[in-house]
Amino acid sequence: MTVTTRSSSDYRHPILEYIRQDRLPHIFCSACGIGTVLQAFANALRSLNFDMDRLVVISGIGCTGRASGYFESDSYHTTHGRAIAFATGVKVANPNLKPVVISGDGDLFAIGGNHFIHAARRNVDMLVLCVNNFNYGMTGGQMGPTTPDSAITVTSPDGNIEHPFNLVSVAAASGAVFVARWTALHARRLTKSLEKALQKKGFKFIEVVSPCPTLYDRYNRHGSGLDVMKRYREISVIRNFTDPMKAEIDYRTRIVCGEFVDTEKPEFTDLLASQAAELQKR
Amino acid sequence: MQKAVLTGEMFTQGDIAAAEGALAAGCRFFAGYPITPATEIAERMAYRLPRIGGRYIQMEDEIASCTAVLGASYSGVKAMTATSGPGVSLMNETIGLAAMTETPMVLVNVMRGGPSTGQPTEASQSDIMQAKWGSHGDYEIIALIPSSVQEMFDLTIKAFNLSEQFRVPAFVLADEIIGHMRERLVIPHEDEIEIVNRKKPTVPPEEYLPFKAEEDLVPPMATFGDGYHFYATGLTHDERGYPVMDDETQLALIPRLCDKIRKNSAKITEAKTLETEDAEILLVAYGGESRTAMRAVKDARNKGMKIGLFRPVSVWPFPKEQLKEAAANAQHVIVAELNYGQLVGEVERVIRNEVPVHLIPRVCGSPHTPDDLMKEIRRRIK
Ligand SMILES: Cc1ncc(C[n+]2csc(CCOP(=O)(O)OP(=O)(O)O)c2C)c(N)n1
Ligand code: SF4
Ligand SMILES: [Mg+2]
Repeated sequence: MTVTTRSSSDYRHPILEYIRQDRLPHIFCSACGIGTVLQAFANALRSLNFDMDRLVVISGIGCTGRASGYFESDSYHTTHGRAIAFATGVKVANPNLKPVVISGDGDLFAIGGNHFIHAARRNVDMLVLCVNNFNYGMTGGQMGPTTPDSAITVTSPDGNIEHPFNLVSVAAASGAVFVARWTALHARRLTKSLEKALQKKGFKFIEVVSPCPTLYDRYNRHGSGLDVMKRYREISVIRNFTDPMKAEIDYRTRIVCGEFVDTEKPEFTDLLASQAAELQKR
Repeated sequence: MQKAVLTGEMFTQGDIAAAEGALAAGCRFFAGYPITPATEIAERMAYRLPRIGGRYIQMEDEIASCTAVLGASYSGVKAMTATSGPGVSLMNETIGLAAMTETPMVLVNVMRGGPSTGQPTEASQSDIMQAKWGSHGDYEIIALIPSSVQEMFDLTIKAFNLSEQFRVPAFVLADEIIGHMRERLVIPHEDEIEIVNRKKPTVPPEEYLPFKAEEDLVPPMATFGDGYHFYATGLTHDERGYPVMDDETQLALIPRLCDKIRKNSAKITEAKTLETEDAEILLVAYGGESRTAMRAVKDARNKGMKIGLFRPVSVWPFPKEQLKEAAANAQHVIVAELNYGQLVGEVERVIRNEVPVHLIPRVCGSPHTPDDLMKEIRRRIK
């Protein structure tokens, strides 16, 4: 039997062609979930043989917000919270383009919350991929709109008293046509959902529950990044098409994952185009 | 299909003229949020754009409107928004991003009384400094001030052209008087309208450096979807567009963002003068207020007084050289503006105590009367 081995110098990771290699190493901490999410996204692009000339990766500000800088496509890093508004401009101006917004829970649902609900309501064709690490990572681990009850952060040192958003329920109620939640542990299922979402027209939302071992999980004594992943394995259940309102997300008890919404609705730029075509005939 | 350029004569409003000017300049995207006294621009665009192959979208607020305009501009479509002071306050975040990522875009501000909600339906010129200094950090913008319905049309085209040429946000700073006034508008034939488009890269994608400027300090701009696969960020970035946090990168970027306007200001600035050659008293006024000032100059000249009018058309960059020339024989400079003293500071910087500079401010919703101005002129004539 002959064994062929590849020397490390000529081995090329298959997703490298989707990545800006001259920007590596990336800025993310070790065991951070963002890397897993970006890898899943690159794998989805690869398995779809996605047309990289049409892809525009857009992000806001935060650790996750740095995502747009790592893809070998057109990409834009907006101010904090504004990625979806920028993506709307892109899609409306050139409906041929495929905007993908990758950003954090704080960026998309605190400062950018208004843009999220309105883009979902209009059903503008874009994919929004949210890394939910339950805190503001980039600024040092403050509480935010997804921080759970009683959680310790640097701005909730005595325990968070605010009620958090259930992101999938916000997305579904706002009108998203595809809504899913996975954890960073579910890399393959996440990739499959990303493939589905990338091929679907309309406003799609995927939440990825993700470790922030440097800040959130440390303050809350969740152990190492690996410990957090083990915990995800213990408590996550897959319940496709569960009512998003009831899709529990509680690190103490249960995280419900799955694809919750997959429906059809006329897309905004299609509606603009058909109305304009009618008007131009007159 | 309707025509984009409505060649001919019409009797119309300043706001409508701005919308028609934008369309004539090639604008095919508008995002906005209703606000008095600029709403008529959005309404006109909502009606006109889909009929000529463009797109109108009403966003959830002005932050989103301005940001969507950036997205459209990067997607290769000339884009604008229109608002008033409260909306500009919200847009300032994105105006900084537009300056930082060198995005061509036009913003029409039909100024009303402020601060805050102020006087929504009244005239004002109190956002002159906001236009220049609204966002944080060192950057430059372009701002043009129309004084007639015709100029609403002409200067909106000019704003688009300069914005494309220098990859910079350009304001049309109108006041409510000009925005809502109705006069004759002449729209020339399409072929007679000068259109400037942004420079596109001439090198293949692998050689393209999205923020490497040419001699004019402006980098060629690729469009999303053209295969250039470039990255742009509001962070300090090098020529590749990549974030780099060292002194060298900041020093290469920020002075260039300012200097591309400052060093090219001779190509941008514009001013109009009336009877300034022998003027011993120089009036400075712009926008709706300049109409009163023109009348005051005529009345004063009829009485034998040597009065002239200097009207900045570009307010940012400020037409310094033109002002110096117009003020060459002046013993007094009188600035009349519809605010509590804004552009007067810029005039003082140019005149440098050589002769006294006097301010006639007005903050209550309508322009001065010619008599108000005459009173001040008489006080200064020995
Ligand atoms: C207007 C504005 N306010 C505040 C900040 C500071 N800031 C940077 S990132 C961030 C929060 C990011 O949190 P999230 O979106 O959850 O991303 P993460 O870092 O957790 O991935 C904040 C508040 C900013 N950059 N801009
Ligand atoms: S601070 Fe947290 S979210 Fe940010 S890179 Fe580190 S682990 Fe990831
Ligand atoms: Mg976060």
